[in-house]
Amino acid sequence: MDVTEVLLPGVGLRYEFTSRRGERVGVVARRTGEFELVVYGAEDPDEGRSVLQLDSEEADAVAEILGAPRIAERFADLTKEVPGLVAGQVEVLPGSAYDGRPLGDTRARSRTGASVVAVVRGEEVIASPTPRDVLAGGDVLVVIGTHEGIAGVEQIIRG
Amino acid sequence: MRTPVALLLELGVILAALSVLGTLARRFTLSPIALYLLTGLAVGEGGIAPVPAAGEFVETGAAIGVILLLLVLGLEFSLAEFAVSMRRHVPSALVDAVLNAAPGAVAGWLLGMDGIGILALAGATYISSSGIVARLLSDLHRLGNRETPAVLSVLVMEDCAMAAYLPVLAVLASGGVWWQAILGVLAAVGAVLAAFTVSYRWGHHLGRLVAHPDDEQLLLRVLGLALVVAALAEFVHASAAVGAFLVGLTLTGETATRTRAVLSPLRDLFAAVFFLAIGLSVDPADLLPVLPAALALAAVTLVTKVLTGRYAASRDGVGRRGKWRAGTALIARGEFSLVIVGLVGTLHDTLGPLVTSYVFILAIAGPVLTRLAPSRPGPGADARDGGPPAS
Repeated sequence: MDVTEVLLPGVGLRYEFTSRRGERVGVVARRTGEFELVVYGAEDPDEGRSVLQLDSEEADAVAEILGAPRIAERFADLTKEVPGLVAGQVEVLPGSAYDGRPLGDTRARSRTGASVVAVVRGEEVIASPTPRDVLAGGDVLVVIGTHEGIAGVEQIIRG
Repeated sequence: MRTPVALLLELGVILAALSVLGTLARRFTLSPIALYLLTGLAVGEGGIAPVPAAGEFVETGAAIGVILLLLVLGLEFSLAEFAVSMRRHVPSALVDAVLNAAPGAVAGWLLGMDGIGILALAGATYISSSGIVARLLSDLHRLGNRETPAVLSVLVMEDCAMAAYLPVLAVLASGGVWWQAILGVLAAVGAVLAAFTVSYRWGHHLGRLVAHPDDEQLLLRVLGLALVVAALAEFVHASAAVGAFLVGLTLTGETATRTRAVLSPLRDLFAAVFFLAIGLSVDPADLLPVLPAALALAAVTLVTKVLTGRYAASRDGVGRRGKWRAGTALIARGEFSLVIVGLVGTLHDTLGPLVTSYVFILAIAGPVLTRLAPSRPGPGADARDGGPPAS
């Protein structure tokens, strides 16, 4: 899918794409952090109908709702651009040493240099988890670091 | 400390009146600038309700208002956006300058003004109000429209033209023999170029100098710097406003974004005081004789701006209705036409009243015509516009 980016001088940016159903959709991203969602009718293709206006907090919430299942995928894309850096997934097995303990207890980053950038729990994704976030069995940790680092995190979590 | 009761009372009543008028204007998606001018006329000399005690404050406030208007204009300016606009809309900018400055210049000549008066009037008819236009596009939900980048590009190019025009005008208006004027103009252009260079090469360093995570600190630092530079500029017979503009130009990136946010409420307040002061400085009795000229000038430059907007939009491949929307969006003149008069106004008897009534007419006519421009007939017609079914 192609997204066109149009500069709105002094205001911000507009992103535009055509959905699979043929609807032309635009997102106006203001410099102030507000967003406006517009769709273009067939009658006048130049004119957008404003559908939704969001402040930055609301936009973040919507992005998280719509974009959450893709977060892990996007981290994986990111690592392609940085040589030596890879993303890996480490599962917390139910009943393992860290099932029910906070992420900080693993001291994963200080011990291996690799970072846990997200915790995937079923449908839910905790992006940028804090050390206080408690892990549970079945969680999948999205880890970014060197190959050795990720292997190290895997060892720690397996116990 | 003695509390100046009369000043507080008068100022409070004025601000409350501005608020009521502003609310009314917003309800009809009009610009409040025209109403602020009208209020100024009403409370000024020869008006219906003079306010002697608040006069001095309004005068000081107006000076700060101009400085803040131009400081924020400078902050708005980004070389990257300018470069993008340039790539596509240089012809639009030329059409804009020729079509809209020429009527002002001719009118100045017909009215028997001198060179500076002609130059000032040409500037006043040329420059659209980016404040009114941007607000209007946002209020009417047209930011997503295809003609909007063309409209905004024209505004950005106008702002850039102002960067060269205002310092030159300020120097010429401060007088002196011809070689002093030329030296002054060279110095002014040099200062603008220097500001651009600093902004381009060392903008982030300067940003670090004034940047502070605390909004209050940021506000105090930028405002302090702008006022000091403005005072220095005034001292060397450039204009204080131009000095503040240069400070705004040099700040870029994240610092500029945050500074805009913290300065905006302050700018809105003092800009309102500035519009009030322009109204105050004009005697309503002087308006009547210049009204025919202002109306004629408004009518001509209304048409030329519509042509400008239509041309700019057509370069982006916009359709018939979009071209009309772009044309009417640019009509409004406002703050910068008045800033121009503020720079040279005292030298000319007719210029102040003429431009005040001119801005008054177009600050009202612009938003009204933009609203009337062909747009989708309203939410009830959505079912007919051929969009996919909701299910």
